Formats: sequence, structure tokens, C-alpha cells
Amino acid sequence: MSDGKKILADQSRRRFLAKAGVAVAAGIASGVRIIGFPDARAATDPVTGARRWGMLIDADKCATGCNACVQACDDEHGIKGHGRPQTDAQWIRKVTLRDRASGRETSLPLMCQHCEKPPCVDVCPTGASFRRADGVVLVDKHTCIGCRYCMLACPYKARSFIHEDVTDQKPWSPRGKGTVESCNLCVHRIDEGKGRIPACAEACEREGHRAILFGDLNDPASDIAKARAEQESRELRADLGLNTGVRYQNL
Amino acid sequence: MATAGNMTDTTGFTVIEGRSAGFYALTAGLAALIAAGLWAAHTMDAEGHRVTGMTNQIVWGIPHVFAVFLIVTASGALNAASLSSVMGRTRYAPYARLSGLLAIALLIGGLAIITLDLGRPDRLVVALTHFNMKSVFAWNVFLYTGFLVLAALYLWTLMERRMSRRTKPVGVVLLVWRLTLTTATGLIFGVLVAREAYDAALMAPLFIAMSLAFGTAAFLLLLIAAFDWTGRSMDDAAVQDLKRMLVVFVTIVVYFVVLFHGVKLYAAGYQGIERFLLVDGGIVTHLFWWGQIAAGSLVPLWLMLWGRTGASRFWITVAATLVLIGGLVQVYVIVIGGQAYPLLIFPGKEIIESSFYDGVVNTYRPSLPETLLALGGVAAALLVVVLSMRILEFLPQSRKSD
Repeated sequence: MSDGKKILADQSRRRFLAKAGVAVAAGIASGVRIIGFPDARAATDPVTGARRWGMLIDADKCATGCNACVQACDDEHGIKGHGRPQTDAQWIRKVTLRDRASGRETSLPLMCQHCEKPPCVDVCPTGASFRRADGVVLVDKHTCIGCRYCMLACPYKARSFIHEDVTDQKPWSPRGKGTVESCNLCVHRIDEGKGRIPACAEACEREGHRAILFGDLNDPASDIAKARAEQESRELRADLGLNTGVRYQNL
Repeated sequence: MATAGNMTDTTGFTVIEGRSAGFYALTAGLAALIAAGLWAAHTMDAEGHRVTGMTNQIVWGIPHVFAVFLIVTASGALNAASLSSVMGRTRYAPYARLSGLLAIALLIGGLAIITLDLGRPDRLVVALTHFNMKSVFAWNVFLYTGFLVLAALYLWTLMERRMSRRTKPVGVVLLVWRLTLTTATGLIFGVLVAREAYDAALMAPLFIAMSLAFGTAAFLLLLIAAFDWTGRSMDDAAVQDLKRMLVVFVTIVVYFVVLFHGVKLYAAGYQGIERFLLVDGGIVTHLFWWGQIAAGSLVPLWLMLWGRTGASRFWITVAATLVLIGGLVQVYVIVIGGQAYPLLIFPGKEIIESSFYDGVVNTYRPSLPETLLALGGVAAALLVVVLSMRILEFLPQSRKSD
């Protein structure tokens, strides 16, 4: 091997090693991205505003009479009725509407809209109602005193007060008599970081309707962001300027 | 001009005897009501709010109606104290102590109800240690406790000779404080942007006007009862003076009510709720016109302004009672009526099916426990007044007028 060829071969080997090194370093640095799921986040990692979780509901795809999302939510969070519809908790409900002008009927699920500026959080005296940096609106069951002011403030009637003892609770969804609760966007699933989606969206997908799309509103590459870019969506009571995380299409 | 502090030097005060059968009957009756209220609170705590008529639709019920009524009235009960100690109206100096006592008692009664109605009354300490300062409720925790402290301080300056020169400054702070407190009480509803029945800054001055009217009526009744039942003679000029104030305050309340509904009627978006409250809201509409407007405002105004009844202490008592009943009805119309009307979540749409009572007028039927809790709070307020008068010198020995 001539000197020249030897130098070229060395350079090539160095380039290979350098590239391999970068690849390994990148792999280690983003470890979970190679071996895990895109949404992975350790449970101890702080929640940041880099993401904003939300939902896009397509009323055209929502089937009248289908209650799969409601049933899935009830099962997921251990919500059981006592045959008292006035006081039984409902985190999500199906509503059927008729447009007064056109007569067109639509069906849609209605739940906590996870506002950016939630009135329930504003009015809560103890701060039990709070909004996470990633947009999920929650109730801290340890500091909720059961005053129900948040229920008066919510424009969507999304919250329920627990009027009696609850039994057979799910460990990931603590509930308690005398406190207020509402859709928590299946935060335990989100925080698992394995790409799991809320139970209602999962059930809707399983039924083949795909009316509930869940994802990160801040990620332009997410399905939800693309769907929102493709077709106009609207928030309920947009006049209040709450910038809801849940939006509707074809309403 | 004499100040209240000076007046306390020259006016003798005394405790009530508290040995008559009437006294024992009254205190026993009030104690029984309080016991019933405590039983109700325990039942609601143990069984949950399903034993009440409150639901996920009507989340605040009779306990809140009574609590808001008592708290608003408490603020206005201080009118005599403010007139005496801030405005220098010496006619009221003999009654300033009673005025402060009634204010404290009514507020205690109202707070007792609202606390015991909480879903988790055992977490009162959480409410006193965790604050979201954007919440009007959190402001009220400070305003209500501050009010109790200031009113107690005010009574101390009246009762302790060495403190008498502090009466006026404390009285001034207390006056500002109670106006702030009533403003914040009105804003509990005023800031609820999602509900058409509320969502108005006008709620604050409306509540202040209500407090002046209800507080004056309550104080007038207490004064007459305390003097008549203990055989004291009372200056009729003071009764007439309070009556004239009551006429003015009730008129101001009517003015704000007309303004409130008139302006909302003007806006197309509010015509639904206005139609509900004023025309076809069933019981709420009846309560508004017959309870609040007719029996609670127009009839007492007529009784107080018409020469023959206006001169009679009996008819003035009837008028003040009607103002209080009308006031309670007014708070009911505000609290329950505002929740009964459905939220407008889908403008331009008709809701044809919902499992959660969307788009329908909600009904409310108070149950026995929550009613007993509310009445127990009223009884607690009255018992505080009666026992305080038995222990401390609140009543003047005889009438005192300037």
C-alpha cells in the first residue's frame, strides 16, 4: 500500500469511526427514542408546557346511539351509577343536537374541555382545581373541600360532585365522596408515556369511528395538529375566550 | 358633635336578666334548632349530599340561600354602628353595641351553614391554609374572618372606657371593610361568566343595597324585640329614623333590580334567561314577582310610607319582617333561579338528547336535612345574640336620644 493510499484508508476509517461515534452518542443521548416510544417520559420528569394535550372531535364521525366512549370512561375510572341520574357522576356524556336553522342532527361526546384559562381553576378557593403545564385540568382530591364553586363556574357542566360513597375504586383514579371530579384526560395513561391514549378515544377507535383524536396540539407533526390544519375546528363557547384543549369539527 | 365613644360614657348599659320563662323558652327553642341543624350536617356528611335536594345541576341550594342572606344581612346590620361611630349620629350611639353584635352573630350563622354544607367540612383547615388568590371565595375567607375580628375590636372599643377614642378609627375601617366584603359576596356570582343570570359587575352594588336594606330591617326587629321583651321603653324617633332609612334602602334595591333586568333585557343574548326569570320560570317567576317585588318591596314600602301604618310600630315591624322575607326570596331567585336555567353550551342548536340534563330547566326540591341545616344557622345567629346580651352589657338601661 502506497503512502497515499494508506492516508486515504486512515481518513476513511476515521470518518467511519467518527460517524459511528456520533450515531452511538446520539443513540445514548436519546436512548428512549431508539428503544422506546416517541412519547416516553419518566414518571418523575416534570410536566412542561412543551406539549399541550388536546382532543379533536369530529361530530360527523360520532355515531348517534353509540355510547362506547362513555362506557370506556366509566370502566377506566370506576364510575358506577346508583340509578340516581341527578346525582350520579358523569365525566363524559353523549349529546345529540339539532341545528335550529338547517335541522341537521349531530351527535357528540361532551366532557371537560381542558381550557387554557379554566374558570374552574380561577374560582377554586384552595387551588385544588389546577391546570398542568401540559394543559390537563385536574382536581387535587386532597385539597378539594367540596364547595362546588367550580361547578357553577364551568361553562360546560363538565364536573360532578360525589354525592355518596364510592366503592371499587381504581388505583390510578382516586375518587372521594364530598369532592368534585371531572375528565382528567386519562392522565395516568398519558404519564405512562407509552403512547397510550385516553380510554374514550381508544374505545371510539376500536368501534371503527375514530371520532375522537387525541394528541399533542403543540407538535405540528402530530395527527391532531395535521387534522386541525386541514379542516377548521371550533371550541364550544368560543365567546368566552378560554382556548379549550378539546375542539370540534363538523358541528 | 359627640362621638360614640363619648356617648358610652354617659349611657348606662346592662345585661338582660335572662330569668323569665320566655328567655328559657327562646334559648331552648334555638338550641333545639341548632341541634337539629347539627344532626342534619352530620347526616349530610355521613351519607353524602344525596340526602339533600342538591344535584349536579343545582349544586348550591337552600343552605347557600340562607348563608348568603345571613352574610349580606350581617354587613348591613352594622348601619347603626357606622352612623353612630363614623357619621357622628349620636341618636344611634346607644344602639351601636347591638348593631355590632348582630353583625357578628349573623355572619357566624352564615359561615356555620356554608362550612357545614361543604362536601368535606373536615377540611376546613385546608380552606384556611391553601389559598388561590384569584378566587373570590379565597378573598372572602380573609374578608369574613377580618370582619369578625374588626367587629369584635369595635365592640371592645365601645365597652372598654380606655379604648373609646379608638372607636371612630375602628368604625371607619369596619365600614370600608364591610362594603368590600359585600362587594366580594356579590362578585361570587358576578364573576360567573358562563351563566347569563350572573356575569355582571352590577351584582356588587346590588348586594350592597340588599345588605343595607336587610341589615336595617333585621336590626330594627332586633331592637324592637330586645326593648319590648325586656320591658324597656324605646325612643319612637329612633324607630321612625330607622324606618325612613329602610324606605330609602328598599327603594335602592328595587332600583338596582330594575336596572339589572332592564339592561339584560336590552341584550338579545340575555333575553332567554330574563324571560325565564320574569315570565315563564314557574316557581322562580312567582317568587320573583309575588315574593321579592310585591311582598318584599312594594307592600313594605307602602306600609312604611302611608301615614297611618307608617306611624305604627306594629306595622313597621310587619314591614321590616316582609323586607327580610322578601330578601330571602330574592337570594333564592338569584341562587336557585340562576342555576335552574340551562347553560347555553351550543348556541343555535336544540339539544334533543342528553343524559346530563343539558338544555332543560333544572328543578330543585330542598330536603329536610338541608333545610334544618339552614334554619340551624339562623338559630345559631340568634342564640349568639341572646346569650351575648345575657353575658355582656349590650342593651342601654333606658332609651337614650339626642
